[in-house]
Amino acid sequence: MIEEIIIAGFGGQGVLSMGKILAYSGVMENKEVSWMPSYGPEMRGGTANVSVIISDERISSPVINRFDTAIILNQQSMDKFENAVKENGVLIYDPNGITRKPERTDIDIYTIEASEYAAKAGMSKVFNMVVLGGYLKVKPLVQPEYVRKGLEKSLPARHHSMIPENEKAIEAGKGLIQLVSKKA
Amino acid sequence: MEEVKLMKGNEAFAESVIRSGCDGYFGYPITPQSEVMEYLMKEDPEVKRTGMVVLQAESEVSAINMVYGGAGCGKRVMTSSSSPGISLKQEGISYIAGAELPCLILNVARGGPGLGTIQPSQADYFQSVKGGGHGDYRMIVLAPASVQEMADFVPLGFDLAFKYRIAVLILTDGVIGQMMEKVVLPEPRPRWTEEEIIKNTPWATTGKTADRERNIITSLDLDAAKQEQHNYKLAAKYKLIEENEVRCEEIQCDDAEYVIVAYGSAARICQKVADLARAKGIKLGVLRPVTLFPFPKKEIHALAQRVKGMMSVEYSLGQMIEDVQLAAGGTLEVQFYGRVGGMIPTPEEVLEAVENKMVKL
Repeated sequence: MIEEIIIAGFGGQGVLSMGKILAYSGVMENKEVSWMPSYGPEMRGGTANVSVIISDERISSPVINRFDTAIILNQQSMDKFENAVKENGVLIYDPNGITRKPERTDIDIYTIEASEYAAKAGMSKVFNMVVLGGYLKVKPLVQPEYVRKGLEKSLPARHHSMIPENEKAIEAGKGLIQLVSKKA
Repeated sequence: MEEVKLMKGNEAFAESVIRSGCDGYFGYPITPQSEVMEYLMKEDPEVKRTGMVVLQAESEVSAINMVYGGAGCGKRVMTSSSSPGISLKQEGISYIAGAELPCLILNVARGGPGLGTIQPSQADYFQSVKGGGHGDYRMIVLAPASVQEMADFVPLGFDLAFKYRIAVLILTDGVIGQMMEKVVLPEPRPRWTEEEIIKNTPWATTGKTADRERNIITSLDLDAAKQEQHNYKLAAKYKLIEENEVRCEEIQCDDAEYVIVAYGSAARICQKVADLARAKGIKLGVLRPVTLFPFPKKEIHALAQRVKGMMSVEYSLGQMIEDVQLAAGGTLEVQFYGRVGGMIPTPEEVLEAVENKMVKL
């Protein structure tokens, strides 16, 4: 098993930390992982992305440009990464802020209304965990117990009181994800 | 068993520095390696852990001269920077080479020349292995290709530095510095006591005692005949290093008909290229120099005798290829593929280059 993922959106949406929690969950399940952030000038321009690889075997290149799954949280990222999803791959996006919907017909496309849900529930801090929950529903790569351990490892101890809220958000995300276009 | 952690290359490096019994870090911030000093400052080892000094100097030039001073006293000291900052340190590095001082230097290289970009680059190869400063000198140059090696090469680097009284450069880039991977950190080892320093570094300026001559740390000798003898002494040391300290990794080379030579993060990308190539029936292997000086000449020469094609893949316009071609000798013409300015080649484009430049010929 190897899963190559890109998570892309605005800075502040928790893109990098979502990737880190996912990667740490993989570590806890004794898988090989890599987490490679964009750190170039685009970071200063407000967009952020991270590629995460989770694999049963040693990872060769941490630098990837074709993805099994793209998790897209703003329009710039949609423009940049829609065509980078591998054939038969998965694209997950939050429709909030998306002006041009994805058009690929050779991949499975899902929406997750995570920002709307998080705002209504007053949980904007764990928006990224709602998205992560949706992703894990589509690709249950890591078991929930390891996601919890991943949270414990990723969050500083002073924020461990937030873990239940994060887990609630992950559960909510699993119910929010919707398949909108199945590959032809 | 030691706990498996998920860390950035820069952070794993910094933690390993504290665990390696380092006495002092002197640096100046620059992307993409600022996490090294940030991590060290946050850990505050002087107060909270080993007593190691962490100091932000007023410039790169100051930092490297603080390294000179600390190393002259027999201390385990180091600095880190990225390409433009490493250029500023070259004068100090040349003096360190002349005075035969052990130290560790990290370069998380970025695109150049000039201020360039902040993205990954391997365009500092010439500067690292051919002597970026003036005079006939060498450094041992280690090129990590994983976060694990970023941690492991710190104690190794200090050991080599003191074994040979030489500057050891760890040359890497923003891919390895910024990425997170699993890492098992090295076992902590204590800093040397003052007594241990005096015992282990009889050449250092640790305070003259009545029973020995004065130790002098200098790179100046106005007598050309004496300077020549010093140069020959350095040459003998570099030769010894070339005989004893070559490290490289051969990946899928046993049955290879074609070989890519690549180091650092580029070697990781090329491992994926080898997998893609083999899926298409092309027997491709990767030779990864772990030490850039000393360079794995014998290993490359041996491969060149039996493969059909060889290609150097670098994030540069073609620097290491000169050493690969020299090592290969006249038996084959070494091909080249590179990206520059902070751009990184994709496995697919390297595969295309392999097919067009080697396989189809």
